[in-house]
Amino acid sequence: MAEPLLSIKGLDSHYGDFQALYGVDMSLAEGEVLAIIGANGAGKTTLMRSISGLMSNGASQITYRSQHIGALRADEVAARGIALVPEGRQLFPSLSVEENLLIGGRMHRKGPWDLTAVFELFPILKERRAVPSTSLSGGQQQMVAIGRALMSNPDLILFDEISLGLAPIIIKSIYEALPGIVGTGMSAMIVEQDISKALSVSDRLYCLQEGRVALEGASNEVSREAISAAYFGVT
Amino acid sequence: MDWVNALVQGTLLGGLYALFAAGLSLIFGIMRLVNIAHGDLIVLASYLGLVVVTATGMHPLLALAVAVPAMAVLGYVLQHGILNQTLGDDLLPPLLVTFGLSVIIQNALLEGFTADPQKMNAGAIETASVSVGSLQLGVLPILTFATAVGVIAALQWMFYNTALGRAFRAVSDNQEIAQLMGLNRRHIFGLAMGLALGVTAIAGIFLGIRTSFDPSAGASRLIFGFEAVIIGGLGNLWGTLAGGVILGVSQTLGAKIDPGYQILAGHIAFLVVLAVRPQGLFPRVSG
Amino acid sequence: MKVTRTSPAARIAAIFGLLVLIILAAGPYWAGRADMRLMSEIFLYLALASLWNLMAGYAGLVSVGQQAFVGFGGYMLFALTIFGGLSPVVAIAGAAVLGSLIAVPVAVLIFRLRGAYFAIGTWVMAEVFRLTFAQVSALGGGSGSSLPVGIVRSMADGRAAREALSYWLALGMAVVVIAAVYFFLRSRQGLALTAIRDNELAAGSLGIDIWRTKFVVYIVTAGLTSMVGALIFLQKLRISPDAAFSVNDWTAFVIFIVVIGGIGTLEGPIIGTLIFFALRETLADLGSTYLMVLGAVAIVIMLKAPKGVWGLIRSRYDFELFPLSYRVHHDDTDK
Repeated sequence: MAEPLLSIKGLDSHYGDFQALYGVDMSLAEGEVLAIIGANGAGKTTLMRSISGLMSNGASQITYRSQHIGALRADEVAARGIALVPEGRQLFPSLSVEENLLIGGRMHRKGPWDLTAVFELFPILKERRAVPSTSLSGGQQQMVAIGRALMSNPDLILFDEISLGLAPIIIKSIYEALPGIVGTGMSAMIVEQDISKALSVSDRLYCLQEGRVALEGASNEVSREAISAAYFGVT
Repeated sequence: MDWVNALVQGTLLGGLYALFAAGLSLIFGIMRLVNIAHGDLIVLASYLGLVVVTATGMHPLLALAVAVPAMAVLGYVLQHGILNQTLGDDLLPPLLVTFGLSVIIQNALLEGFTADPQKMNAGAIETASVSVGSLQLGVLPILTFATAVGVIAALQWMFYNTALGRAFRAVSDNQEIAQLMGLNRRHIFGLAMGLALGVTAIAGIFLGIRTSFDPSAGASRLIFGFEAVIIGGLGNLWGTLAGGVILGVSQTLGAKIDPGYQILAGHIAFLVVLAVRPQGLFPRVSG
Repeated sequence: MKVTRTSPAARIAAIFGLLVLIILAAGPYWAGRADMRLMSEIFLYLALASLWNLMAGYAGLVSVGQQAFVGFGGYMLFALTIFGGLSPVVAIAGAAVLGSLIAVPVAVLIFRLRGAYFAIGTWVMAEVFRLTFAQVSALGGGSGSSLPVGIVRSMADGRAAREALSYWLALGMAVVVIAAVYFFLRSRQGLALTAIRDNELAAGSLGIDIWRTKFVVYIVTAGLTSMVGALIFLQKLRISPDAAFSVNDWTAFVIFIVVIGGIGTLEGPIIGTLIFFALRETLADLGSTYLMVLGAVAIVIMLKAPKGVWGLIRSRYDFELFPLSYRVHHDDTDK
């Protein structure tokens, strides 16, 4: 069996004195799509921040392509081909839509994603390319945030709660675009509150509960009851 | 006609003040850092120019070719080595560290050059003038003003048309997320400070040609630069130019009433703006 | 379970402090003239440092323009005694009142600025004061004036008595300032201030009027700083705009004292003043090198030990000499 692309072993994450993750173990194979589900405060965003380098952890706790990246800075992690679509979009208000996308691609990594490709995926952005990014609707901003991450041609893309605060019809259209995104050979981790959406696009899922992995399994095999139990911590 | 003359001279003086202020404005815009040593760094550049001119006999304006890169490198090293460690939510460390730097620079200059006033000799250009209507305008003030406009235009162009400018704006918006784009913020801040000190070098050379300077001259330069930034409005370089002009005009008009009132008149103009429109005339960023 | 404010260390310190105070008060009887002058200088710097610390360390108001009030107080002393015919001691109190009054319009203007811009704004104000007083020819204009001999003599009979009086005034000033700061911090306003220092947003949401609290602190500090300024120039007997409003003498040194000693604590300025004067006595000959050393030390302390010398001591041994925090004591009966 091939070496996993991303391997997390015994990840303990802290915010000062507060511990958010306890000994989390996970692995992701190349080309896989993982869903990470769990209630609010379960540690999903902490996990994303840890992998992307926004939070620092023990070096060997996170391994990517056989390299220990746990203690690297976020810019160093990004240079290795891991991109994060952050919770809450977090676009740059001083930059236009196009500039947000351009800065996403500043590392000029090789791959199929460039401005043209992103505009093809989200045509509305092409119309509004010169507009300040924060004057867009929530759904459009989410498209910019995804496009910005794609522009770096990552090998691993992390989506943190992309459906948060969006209308169902918008969520639907974004999730419909997702297979097209990851179909290009990218691996992905999708943090989601909406469990059915998460299951619909992923190969495997992990459920976090109060900082620990409570459930792991193939998305098409895991039962509703098992998910409920793990989600709410009912044994 | 005398008053028109004062107005024009004040406007040109404003160019010098805008040069003082541009570096300050840049750093605040990108890093939210206010550098109390800024004035002393301008004076340091003047002394650097003096050393180069004395050692090589070249014209002071040519000394820019040495002073600008030298100060730029100093800026990068200073930011990377010391100032990056002061950034964060607490306002005391950057303030007190830059204050300490100010004291160190002033006293180092005092030790090295004594308190004697110095001046760089730029030859004929200092007294040359052109006639515009019935006014006599000095070539040096015109050149200074033109340089200020040129520098600000170049900075604006850089901010809005280059990848570096995008990087600066992104880091200024959201340092954390900017890292996700592969931006090393310590390096970016170093570049920003290097750029600011390069501009400061230009200010220092023009200052050193125009008037005499001594190690304690930094305080006034900081204050004039600061007043120009506040009058013009935070986060807007063209506003800073406008602020410089208003300050310059206030000073020359005050001097017309009584030469001893020059600086005080500038302070009063600043206080009036502070009282009536504290956010400045063309603000873009909140303090 | 008990909640107390004091501690064994604080009690010992209080007794020790009282003893030191008694010894100091007897100063004119055991110290020579030069030593008394030096000690007076120490007391006055201690007062200035405690006041600056109250503003910066507790109210978050970092001022690099307190020299405005030091000089103002000095000039008011001269004006009130020379033109107002007041006795010097009364004039000192007058300087305090006038200093508070002038601080009101100053504060209204500069409170429109935030953070480091506020700091530079205070500096601009000091410059305005300096330039304005340089225009007042009645007080000597740009070159300054000396305190008339008659006024000096009216303070007390004989030189020894006058020097003792100056010394006691300085000592009294330091004691009054430290006591005032201490009791203020123990009061409700002081608690509000500490809350603001720790988390301004949270404090605001609790209904603490941040603006008003800071304003009051600024005004009171200005008044007391003016009073210290009046005392300083009573001792110097001569005033000029450059000396009165000197950034180096009244701001740079004070800031270094507080930063090195420990900002945001009552004990810090005391330790800082002692260290500062110890350094000065040993390094004084070095002139501007001395200032460079001070600046470098302040930078290193800000970067490596931001809570200063007292902060280092406190983090090792966890005690206070001025009882300000509350402590929870668990009895064995708590189970």
